Formats: sequence, C-alpha cells, structure tokens
Amino acid sequence: MTALEVRQLYKRFGGIEAVAGVSLDIAAGERRALIGPNGAGKTTLFHCIAGTELASAGTVTLFGKDITRLPAHARARSGLARTFQITNLFPLLTVMENVLLAAAAAADVGLALVKSMASYGALHERGAKLLADWGLAEKPSVQVRHLSYGEQRQLELALALAGEPRILLLDEPTAGLSAAESARVVGMLQALSRRMTILMVEHDMDVAFGLADRISVLHMGRIVAEGDERAIRADPQVSEIYLGAQ
Amino acid sequence: MSTRVWWLWGVVVLAVLALLPLGLTSYQTSLATKMLILALFAMSLDLLLGYTGLASLGHAAFFGVAAYAVGLLTLRAGWNPWLAFPVALAAAAALGALYGLLALRARGTYFLMITLALAQVLWGIAFGWRTMTGGDDGLPSVPRPSLPLPWSLGDTTPFYYFVLLVSGLAMVLLVCIVRSPFGYALRGIRESESRMLALGYNAWRYKYLAFVLAAAFAGLSGALYACYNRFVGIEYLHVVRSAEALLMVILGGAGTLVGPAIGAALIVLLENVISNYTQRWLMVLGAIYVVVTLVAPRGLMGLVQDALRRR
Repeated sequence: MTALEVRQLYKRFGGIEAVAGVSLDIAAGERRALIGPNGAGKTTLFHCIAGTELASAGTVTLFGKDITRLPAHARARSGLARTFQITNLFPLLTVMENVLLAAAAAADVGLALVKSMASYGALHERGAKLLADWGLAEKPSVQVRHLSYGEQRQLELALALAGEPRILLLDEPTAGLSAAESARVVGMLQALSRRMTILMVEHDMDVAFGLADRISVLHMGRIVAEGDERAIRADPQVSEIYLGAQ
Repeated sequence: MSTRVWWLWGVVVLAVLALLPLGLTSYQTSLATKMLILALFAMSLDLLLGYTGLASLGHAAFFGVAAYAVGLLTLRAGWNPWLAFPVALAAAAALGALYGLLALRARGTYFLMITLALAQVLWGIAFGWRTMTGGDDGLPSVPRPSLPLPWSLGDTTPFYYFVLLVSGLAMVLLVCIVRSPFGYALRGIRESESRMLALGYNAWRYKYLAFVLAAAFAGLSGALYACYNRFVGIEYLHVVRSAEALLMVILGGAGTLVGPAIGAALIVLLENVISNYTQRWLMVLGAIYVVVTLVAPRGLMGLVQDALRRR
C-alpha cells in the first residue's frame, strides 16, 4: 500500500520554480530519504507535504486521501507528524507540559474548557512514557529552554511521535548534533516501529544511507535519481551533482 | 504550585476580602469594589496577552459596550437591571465574535493596531450619537439592581458583596480555564503557533475562542462598572482605558492571572492617592510603565517567582 503519493508537484515563488514536477511513491513502512545539494528544493517539497506551504500544482495523497489543499493542522489530524529543522518547541513550558500538549492533541481534548489538565491521568501516563522512551524521564519539570540542544532534538521527536502518526516527516533530524548525539538519535529512529512510514530530508549522506531503505535525489526542483544506497552511490549523475563534472 | 495550595490561597484571599468591609470606611469599601471590578477586567485581558500572546489595545471596547448596554437598556428602554445584565454580557461576547474575525487576521503589532482601531470606532459612535448615548455627557443615574432582601445594592457594603460574589465566580472560572487543556493550548500558541499546527491544533479556533471569552469577561466587568459608578461615559471605550488595563497586566505579571488582579488594585490605589496631589495622573502612569519594564519586565509576580526560586 502506498502511504504517501506525490504527483507532478510544482511550487513556484514568483518566477522561481522551487519544485518542478516531483512525483514520489512511498510504501507503507518504508524509510525514504530525500537528499540533494543546497537549493535543490528539498525544504520546499517538505513544506508542501507537511502543509506549511500549499503546492502551486499537483497532488499530495496520504493513504489514498487527497491532502493537497488541507491546512497543516488537518494533515496532522490525518496521521502525519513532523519535526522541524530549527528546533521548534514551547521554550517557556516544562518538558512535561510540552508532551502533554502533544498527547492532548492526539486525544482531542484541547477544547475542554473547564476541567483541569491535572485530572487527565491518561495524558500524564502517556507523557511520562514518551519521556522515558526518549531519555528525558529525569527532567519532566525542567523548562525546555534550559535543556541542552541534543535533549531538545530528542523532545522534538517525542512530540512528533506522541500521536502515534502513520507517517513521520523528519526535517534534518540530526542537524547541529555532535557525532555521539547524532548516532544516538539515529539509533532511536532505527528502533521505531515499521508500522510507521518515514520520509526524511537529510543533509548528512551517512545518516541518510544509515536510515533509509530508498533514497530520492533532488536537484533543481526535480528528482534525478531514486534507488537504494548502492544504486545511488553508483549513479554517475548523482556524483556529478555532488562532486562536480569530472 | 499544586492544586491544593492554589485552593488554599484562594480560600484565604476570599476570607480576607469577605471581612474587608468590617474594617474599612464606606469610601474605602467603594474603592475596594472598584479594584475588584477592574481586577476582573485586567484578568480578562491577561487571557489574551499573558496566555495567548495577543497584545490587544482595544479591550475597552468590550468593557464599554457592556456598560453602554446596561446604561441604554435601563435608562432608554426602562429594563430591569437584572435583565440588562445578561444582555450586556451577550453584547460583549457578540462584539468579541465580530471583532475577533477581523483582528485575528493580523498578528503582533498589527493585531494591536487593529484592536485599537476597532475600539476607537465604538468610541466615535458613542461620542457622536448624542441623542442616544449622551455624547461626552454620558449616561448619568444608571440604576443598580435591586434585591428582594433587607439590603439594598444602592448601599456601598451590600454592593461590595454583590461585586465580590459575581467577579469572584468569574475569576474562579478564569482560573479553571487557564488550567484546562484549552488553557495549555493557549500557552502553546503563545510559545509556538507553528508547532501547535504541526501537532494538529487548529490554532485560529483557539485564539478566536480565547478572544470571545476575554470579551465576555471584560463585558461582565464593564456591566458591573456601569452599576458601580451609576454612570456610563465615553471614557469607558477610550484607548486610555485599554492601555491602563495593559499596564495592570504588565505591572502585576502577564500570564499569571493573580498578577493582573494585584496590578489592577495597585493602579486604582495609586490613581486615587496621586490624584490628591496632581492632575497629571497619566504622566505618572507612563512613568510607572517605564520603571516596570526596566526593573521588573515580568511584573510583580515575576519578582515573586524569582524570589521563590532563589530560596
């Protein structure tokens, strides 16, 4: 079954065609990496899938449901979760309050107006479990702005996974991490259930090859190569893009 | 603070407030009544400014529209104040529902300017429509509600208790709201709206509901104020009243609810004391604002929180 299908997607900014007719088919349970040099259109494509930008033309389909025109929050409700390239958390709230917000969204209790959050035991249990899974169990009442950068990246992933999404979009999950932190996050991502589909934008080739089953190479807004690690490494066009013509 | 500590403090404060008129002169009780009403007004603004991160400079619109509703319905239409009260509340909420649609299209400074402009529209109407609103003469001798009891709300102390009951209930409701999942979501929107969207929150809907709720609570405060003063005037709708409320919130500490209530009480007290010595109250208000932003950018509650943390 196809988890995410992108068909002939275009995104234009004035005269610039950032994404120029991209098609992607990502199977359920697949791990797919999207790589490409700076300015290839990776982030724009990512935004069009996540809903932070709307495509100029083409379609995005999530498990058979057309989500091309849906706003970001409606896509999230359809089972699509994402992380941000630049850490995007609730800095003045505590670690627990951060995951509670994510758990409350998943449980759809956000519009409960009067009943205290403290009385939602199941949400607190869910939050505590997420923090334990992501190595933050010691710090539920620390304000997020006081966490280290690596811990913030971990919390970013915990928030994205709180709603048990069907598809997870990762925007450079290891950006800015030390080698040790990066290896730890990669290990955690590898351990995620195969019931979840993952699409990641990644700058670091080793991370991309380490996590992904298949890789799509984007250049000048188009997909120029697609395949497993070996095929991509052997592709002359890819090495030309990355290393220059020989 | 844990929930139990919160309620304990609430009971203590309530007890003190309930016993207050015993030790005060009639004039001081009347001042305390004003503090309570304006505390509710400041707290309603805190829902927007402190919790949702929306700086409104037009909050007086909802305060004023409810006050005018009470004034006009009782004086021009001869309604019973008890009947005028809920209608005034509904008018403030309805105005919030309308203004919210317009103002929430913008954010930051633009939101501030739009709320200011929308409030000034009402001020202009109240000022210009003399035959209806009395223009800048306002509406004198607004009646207070009457009770089938031996006490008359026309007297200072019974009216104080009436205000304590009504605004106290509203304040408890506000506390419940900010502690609910909805209140958490508002704080989430203040911290990062894009992250809230990614989690599946329809942020606009939350902001809109917060705006309408804040308008309704401001309206309750305005309706009480019309009865308190037995008068409604165009200054109720003026930008100075909106700015004064912002200052109450910032002085006490935005995003704490308790802070803005304290801020309101302090401003009322200061205005009362300083007006004995000088006409230039607004200048003093400006100076207070400058000092607070320099010395205690998170307000008095911010200072308290820092002191507690250092212990």
